[in-house]
Amino acid sequence: MIHGTGGARLKNPMAYHLQLGNSSWSFRDLKTLMAKATPLRSGDQLAGVAALSMEERVAAQMRLAEVPLQTLLDEPLIPPEQDEVTRLILETHDTEAFRIVSHLTVGEFREWLLDYETDSDILTQVAPGITPEMAAAVSKVMSNQDLILAASKMRVVTKFRNTVGLPGRLSVRLQPNHPTDDPQGIAASILDGLLYACGDAVIGINPATDNPAACASLMRLMDRIIQEYEIPTQSCVLTHVTTTMQCMERGEPVDLVFQSIAGTEGANASFGVTLNLLREAREMALALGRGTVGDNVMYFETGQGSALSANAHHNVDQQTLEARAYAVAREFQPLLVNTVVGFIGPEYLYDGKQIIRAGLEDHFCGKLLGVPMGCDICYTNHAEADQDDMDVLLTLLGVAGCNFIMGVPGADDIMLNYQSTSFHDSHYLRQVLGKKPAPEFEGWLKKMQIFSEENRLRQIASSHALLQAPEAALPAHGNR
Amino acid sequence: MGTADSWPHLRTHTAARIALGRAGASLPTTPLLDFKLAHARAKDAVLTHFDPELLAAQLRPLDPGLLIVESEAQDRATYLQRPDYGRRLSAESAEMLSSRAAMPGPDLVILVSDGLSTTAVMTQALPVLAALLPMFREAGWTLAPLLVVKHGRVAIQDQAGALLHARLSLILLGERPGLGSPDSLGAYFTYNPVPGRSDAERNCVSNIRPQGLEPALAARKLFHLLSASRHLKLSGVNLKDDEPLLGGGAVPGLT
Repeated sequence: MIHGTGGARLKNPMAYHLQLGNSSWSFRDLKTLMAKATPLRSGDQLAGVAALSMEERVAAQMRLAEVPLQTLLDEPLIPPEQDEVTRLILETHDTEAFRIVSHLTVGEFREWLLDYETDSDILTQVAPGITPEMAAAVSKVMSNQDLILAASKMRVVTKFRNTVGLPGRLSVRLQPNHPTDDPQGIAASILDGLLYACGDAVIGINPATDNPAACASLMRLMDRIIQEYEIPTQSCVLTHVTTTMQCMERGEPVDLVFQSIAGTEGANASFGVTLNLLREAREMALALGRGTVGDNVMYFETGQGSALSANAHHNVDQQTLEARAYAVAREFQPLLVNTVVGFIGPEYLYDGKQIIRAGLEDHFCGKLLGVPMGCDICYTNHAEADQDDMDVLLTLLGVAGCNFIMGVPGADDIMLNYQSTSFHDSHYLRQVLGKKPAPEFEGWLKKMQIFSEENRLRQIASSHALLQAPEAALPAHGNR
Repeated sequence: MGTADSWPHLRTHTAARIALGRAGASLPTTPLLDFKLAHARAKDAVLTHFDPELLAAQLRPLDPGLLIVESEAQDRATYLQRPDYGRRLSAESAEMLSSRAAMPGPDLVILVSDGLSTTAVMTQALPVLAALLPMFREAGWTLAPLLVVKHGRVAIQDQAGALLHARLSLILLGERPGLGSPDSLGAYFTYNPVPGRSDAERNCVSNIRPQGLEPALAARKLFHLLSASRHLKLSGVNLKDDEPLLGGGAVPGLT
């Protein structure tokens, strides 16, 4: 299983050259070649690793297309001695799975991915043999439509109380945030989301504070609602992993353990996590045995630019680092992983065009590695983007087979101050692409008279069970 | 044509956009356009030209010795893409501050900048400072001249504070605007400011606006926190705020 020992690497990394007519291009090493081959984005310019001209970028892509996949294994961009993520990637690499594509160059790998004969089964088989660097490299020579087509063939199915990622399905994380974590305010948004048929990926709250007692009360609130209405879904408070661990020790109802992760040891350290800490948290959650149809207990969020933001990027481009975060995720068999693609701001992804490209790359790279990818299709008000750009990315990711998206009331997160996708957006996508919710959740929606037999929203009477006594689900009037 | 939702009463519990109704399953026209209006206002807050002279004219009655300085970001587009430029004073401004440095330095330097919302700084800075400056003066603090900073980010407070040998550095600047809060001001301070301070060494009071943390209340809170910081000789995560939601930590995108 273990491949790529230290002795096989060159002391002085090889430089890469390309002659284009009268222009001669040189790239000092593999990480420079990868960075220069990356489609334009502000974060790589900020880091000083981006190509300096359009021609240099394409020259780098042409040269990268000739690089054998084996080289990406033999020349780690970040030395294993310096970084536990690199060690994880090398130590868990499945040589047997890699054999399927080990003879290919990056450019040939692109063609292999697009070939008629390359189907879901073979992509599932090859996934453990793919490293993040291979995924990132091939994505850099792929067009947007390539990223969509290849990803649409990939299936990553995960389970906890329902099944996420099946073909023809699209799940939604219900995101009911409130600026002061007010339980009634949060419950109001949860009910709104459920009545709009959302929440099958997870009901997930970003708390305003990391205080364990406050997080525990949110966990209990969601647990009461899920039990009261027998909803086949899972809950999560997106607080720091150590806070969730404290809550688990105190016997609080923890379904999924959340953590933000990144692609280098240093960036993870800035988040206050190590691989061992994540391992420990996962073991604790597994021991609770709260899943009914499966035991994928982790939920991770990522996003291009986080490593540079933490000054832990090793001069590697931000898209490659993002793909490395998926290798971290893969190790812990998560239920859900999503890139929060436009949250970080215009200094990393400047405008709608860059956000759209990054969202497609992240989804493709995650799926290629075997990670259950969703996407927080989003932007901030200081980025050059608007809701129309999100409509475009939403549509493209729907076609690409994205496992789940966010459902934020009216697309406006009043706690995190950014715009994402709404409950209504999920219905747009389900209508135009004929997508359904997770099967267990779909059954519940019909049982609760929220969905018609044709999966259309029904008119909800004010006597509906969810509206009868919403206070019953709230702490002040709790009946448990 | 649209279908109204039967749970409008839930809106009393949250400012979130719930019970919007639907046309088919899509947004009705009114909430669609309401959203666009809010986004337009937030974009205007970010993109509105910031004239430091206009802000200086507002604030000069509070401090006739006020100075205008600038970061290395020459224009708003550069400012948005290069946070590192916004964290450094221009060479000229840095030199100007060095030339005014004296030993011992003042207890506090206060900076005011447009940040990510010109609207916020133009509306909230005056009421905050009108309440805050008298508190410091009454308590006998020595204050450096008020600095109006063009296109500054939070960390520029460290360089300015270090150049003036100030014990504490406080910056007020426009926060990244949300749809419902295009006019929100943030305040950050560091004890013993020197370039390279991390965000964990800073304290933050955010959401300063009439519908959030009222400016006069924010001023009292800042005075209390800065006094504690001066007394304990530290700032950041180890300086605990006894009230929830207003303590250490930074708002993403600002620093």
